[in-house]
Amino acid sequence: MKKVLLVVVALMLTIGLAACGSKNNNGESTNTNSQNSGTTNETASLSGSLLATGSSALQPLVEQVSKKFMEDAKYSGITVQVQGGGSGTGLTQVSGGQADIGNSDIFAEEKFVDADADKAKELVDHQVAVVAMATVINKDIAVDNLTKQQLVDIFTGKVTNWKEVGGADEKITIVNRPSSSGTRKTFEKYALGTKSEDVQGSIQEDSSGTVKKLVSETPGAIGYLALSYIDDTVKTVKYEGVEPKEETVVTGEYPVWAYEHMYTKGEPNEIAKAFLDYMLSDSVQSGDVVELGYIPMNKMEVKRDVDGNITK
Amino acid sequence: MEQSAVDNKKRSHSGRSTRAIVKPHVMEEWVGKVYTTLCILVLVITIGAIVYFVSSRGLATFFVDGVSLSGLLGGLKWDPEADIPLYGALPFIFGSFSTSLLAALLAAPLSLCAAVFMTQIMPGFGKRVLQPVIELLAGIPSVVFGFIGLSVVVPALRAIFPGQGIGIAAGAIVLSLMILPTITTIATDALAALPRGLKEGSFALGATRWQTIYRIVIPTTLPSLLTGVVLGMSRAFGEALAVQMVIGNSPHIPHSLFESASTLTSAITLSMGNTVMGSTHNNALWSLALILLSMTFVFVFVVRFLERRNNR
Repeated sequence: MKKVLLVVVALMLTIGLAACGSKNNNGESTNTNSQNSGTTNETASLSGSLLATGSSALQPLVEQVSKKFMEDAKYSGITVQVQGGGSGTGLTQVSGGQADIGNSDIFAEEKFVDADADKAKELVDHQVAVVAMATVINKDIAVDNLTKQQLVDIFTGKVTNWKEVGGADEKITIVNRPSSSGTRKTFEKYALGTKSEDVQGSIQEDSSGTVKKLVSETPGAIGYLALSYIDDTVKTVKYEGVEPKEETVVTGEYPVWAYEHMYTKGEPNEIAKAFLDYMLSDSVQSGDVVELGYIPMNKMEVKRDVDGNITK
Repeated sequence: MEQSAVDNKKRSHSGRSTRAIVKPHVMEEWVGKVYTTLCILVLVITIGAIVYFVSSRGLATFFVDGVSLSGLLGGLKWDPEADIPLYGALPFIFGSFSTSLLAALLAAPLSLCAAVFMTQIMPGFGKRVLQPVIELLAGIPSVVFGFIGLSVVVPALRAIFPGQGIGIAAGAIVLSLMILPTITTIATDALAALPRGLKEGSFALGATRWQTIYRIVIPTTLPSLLTGVVLGMSRAFGEALAVQMVIGNSPHIPHSLFESASTLTSAITLSMGNTVMGSTHNNALWSLALILLSMTFVFVFVVRFLERRNNR
């Protein structure tokens, strides 16, 4: 009898606690909504919270901008939370409604395929910056230009020695990203034009810091990194004779670059819009964006769509 | 009906508790019982939820996405992003088992010697100095181990052996350091708990200290020592970050200990954030998690079995 009672009381408490939890959530979201509909044209009174999650490549920028955003007196009522977790997480969460903004390195259409294709249609794309990637090699390798075909041969395992592409007699060690990575997809799509393979003996790392460390220390290593990560511990190679730098990217001459996307489900609410507008404001674009090694949107002289078609 | 029954129970209970106030120890007893029951309930629900979640996601790979079980467990090619996706997890299973077995092989003799030294040879110095030092190892975050592995172990292996230095050997060395405190602590406890009479009897018969240690002390405590080794192995099996940094993560069965390989944990951590929840790739990663979970069950079972033998 006593035992039954205990169990009943415990269950009631558990359910009670769970109910409290969900009530809180509801309270928060209704609060945000009412604030949105309540404000007419007075941005100063905007308040609520915003959760941006996803791509770790974009995370440093969003984090830095969100700090400045919250310090701005105009938006003091808004709290912005930034989480990493990868492009897949960002897109899943924004599509599922758990996050307000989903950060991604690649177009949602490329991630949501087959059965999930509808989910991409609900998302609205906000491109906030451009990130370019360069092929990097160990400093001791005497190669400074690789053609598209040479890169394809290396990353599909056809060429395994540097002497076959004009270097010394040394084994090539590939430092790749995991096959699901947005950075790898960008590199495959725009540098190789084909899927690369997980060659036996190749190395896969998901953190740019580790990739850089491995390329700089492993003899004969080749990898690829976003321009913002490159320093003098590794050597960048030209792609088809074009040097990877901002000037060549903005004209479309150097093709290995991708937009950094911030997706919202449907049109953004006022809080999200305020933040996205702030992200695209001149002070951020020519300040934080450049400072962290991304390329500002307004500098781009070319545009690209999801299929990779480039327009001036 | 049920509600009224609960009410009745409540009423009958409140009647009792008014009397209980007179006797505080009854009240205390009751509070303690409710509290512990509640904690246990939360624990059971959490564990149940984890098992349910991992299995439902992990099994969806087979039931929803139609991947065959034998294909997953026995397949040699892991290429989920290919046009015809392949989900062969054997390289990961092989990597996980070989690294953790090798780590246990490296760590067990060291740990046993340390434990024998601390309890049988120099108990005073061991207890005061050596034990805290070894236990300190347990407090070091795994990312630090990974970084040390990447900065010290990998270059050293690369210098001594052919290959890139990255691979199962590097993973096993890093892991063996991480499981050293687990095995040592359990072995020390087991050796310290040995009845004094056994040793004294052995000395009385004229046996030397070494004879006593390897003929009496170690055989008697063997099941407990093995428990420590199994627990260490299970920790090694589940470790993700440090291994991921030094093993290379190429989804192939390596030809040597110094060639890039991958483990179940590193495959999960590399791709989980990049995949969309509910996609086949994502589900396949949960299947890997399910394999890890069932292996943990096996390890727990082995430990239980060893403990039972020990108690007999």
